[in-house]
Amino acid sequence: MTQSGTIQPVLRVQDLSVAFHTRGGVVHALDRIGFAVAPGQTMALVGESGSGKSVTAYAIMGLLEAAGKITGGHAFLGETDLVATPPAELARIRGRRIAMIFQNPRAALNPIRAVGRQIADVLLRHGGATRFNAHDRAIEALRAVGIPDPARRAKAYPFELSGGMCQRVMIAIAVAARPQLLIADEPTTGLDVTTQAVVMDLIRAMAEETGMATILITHDLALAAERAERIAVMHAGHMVEEADTATLLAHPRHPYTAGLIAATPTAAGSLDALRSVPGGLPDLRGKDIPACRYAGRCERRLDACAQPLSLRDHAPNHAVACWNPLESAA
Amino acid sequence: MRAILLRFAGALPTLCGVVVVTFLLTRVLPGDTATYFAGPTASAESIAQIKASLGLDLPLTEQFRRYVVALVHGDLGMSLTTGQPVLTELINRLPASAELTLCGLFLAIGIALPLGVFAAVRQGSVIDHACRIVATAGVSLPVFFTGLLLVYIFYFILGWMPAPLGRLDAFASAPPAVTGFYLIDTLLARDTETFRAAAAQIVLPAGTLALFALAPIARITRASMLAVLGSEFIRTARASGLSGPTVVLTYALRNALLPVVTVLGMVFSFLLGANVLVEKVFAWPGIGSYAVEALIASDFAPVQGFVLTMAILYVLLNLGIDLLNRAIDPRARRGA
Repeated sequence: MTQSGTIQPVLRVQDLSVAFHTRGGVVHALDRIGFAVAPGQTMALVGESGSGKSVTAYAIMGLLEAAGKITGGHAFLGETDLVATPPAELARIRGRRIAMIFQNPRAALNPIRAVGRQIADVLLRHGGATRFNAHDRAIEALRAVGIPDPARRAKAYPFELSGGMCQRVMIAIAVAARPQLLIADEPTTGLDVTTQAVVMDLIRAMAEETGMATILITHDLALAAERAERIAVMHAGHMVEEADTATLLAHPRHPYTAGLIAATPTAAGSLDALRSVPGGLPDLRGKDIPACRYAGRCERRLDACAQPLSLRDHAPNHAVACWNPLESAA
Repeated sequence: MRAILLRFAGALPTLCGVVVVTFLLTRVLPGDTATYFAGPTASAESIAQIKASLGLDLPLTEQFRRYVVALVHGDLGMSLTTGQPVLTELINRLPASAELTLCGLFLAIGIALPLGVFAAVRQGSVIDHACRIVATAGVSLPVFFTGLLLVYIFYFILGWMPAPLGRLDAFASAPPAVTGFYLIDTLLARDTETFRAAAAQIVLPAGTLALFALAPIARITRASMLAVLGSEFIRTARASGLSGPTVVLTYALRNALLPVVTVLGMVFSFLLGANVLVEKVFAWPGIGSYAVEALIASDFAPVQGFVLTMAILYVLLNLGIDLLNRAIDPRARRGA
């Protein structure tokens, strides 16, 4: 793997494949995904809609919908292979060792249960709280995520709170049992810009406080660049490039990564310099999916691109899946 | 509290409308009361005499005015067939109907709710298919048919159930009236013998009503549970590792109950209607059979009284549904 040093990663995903059985055929949504997250590290999974970022998260969490099946691979949380863990046991791991927050926080909370109760539910299940102190612990959790007047807010329902407040509650629920890993699936989508920054700061603060690692799932490369130490780029169910943030942004090797960077507005660049990535995602149904799922959109395509390929180290800590990568400037 | 009063005020026009419509309907129905009561051999004079004594010769507006004045004084008129005040008879018979309807409804809820929940949680399983069959059968079989079928099977062939002849068999005597519900009154009187007799009598008619009510409740429970189980907050609950029962019962079912409660209101009102036929089949001394007998005899007053009672019950029922919704849904509480 590309993980530096000998630190045991919190999460190590190996060759994870997921297929969805639909009426239109079998969709190979994930194909041999691999990555690792070190303790305390923030890693971003970046890619456009449909690239398989969320499917990766759901597969790890064991929350795939009924049509989705893991067809191969492993996801080691410490020593535990989550893929091989039976559902009942996985339910005890979720929320306790690995937690997740979602986009659209208001819809992600139970609309008819007071938010304090929802936090207390998780504490009772994982946090060792008893029926007598669960309410107080829930208020503490609300205070920890910076909600003013937590004793009163604990009795509020999601529809009475702003989107930003709801996301704070979500974070309080997620970190209630002090998990080792937090998966944040587009946590700022649907929030206004100032709230976005506050929420991201809060996630970072909670991570630093508890030593929790974070997987940030986002389509927003700028957000990933700002918040993550490592970035893994996904395209159509493939992992195409993975490197530390500075390297990836400065020296992208995969044409898709370069395309994404060119499509991301920066403070310095002019809007005229923005380029969209041409084409769309290939059809992932059936058997004859191209070896490189980007080949159909790629300007650097060679005949060799029809050969099977996988993520390989092109430099220390910089893995790329491409037969004709961009030259490293270094 | 203010909201409840407002709801009552909002129901007043409906009740006024019901008063007018039932009055007119009973007047335009075929069949002449005076002729019916004078008997087949009566002369034209005696018919005219009866008409005059009943006030039926007066203009319609004057008849209506008298009806409304009496109504305001709590007088629903006299039944011509039984010679009793309508109000007294309705009050005496209402508990029988209410007991039967509520038993049917609770029986239906007790079966349909778990059935719908299981069908949704185990989609495509045997229970799911059973749910679908029950739902289809329940809506396609009319109540008088299922009623007769149950009597045929369980009384006539198997002999498990007593004869469908009212609330108690001939050997038992009614318990002292407290609530008017035999099942409750017998227990209050610690009379298990009579309780068992009353229970045996109510099983088949309540079962008939339940079969009818099962279908819509089971179907809406299944559909509502499926919708809720697919929603984002259930995903959150699962992601937080909450246990299966907590997710399904505390998180999903409570949310899924909102549409179920609304449908329960509709089902209950259907049951009030279906009651009329079931009471007839099982010789149940409720207000439904009372109204049917009166209707056949062109006896206006009981029919008007019955329809008005139903309308009031319906208003109260909707109010109850509203309160139940408020109890479940905080948004409804804070919204109004």
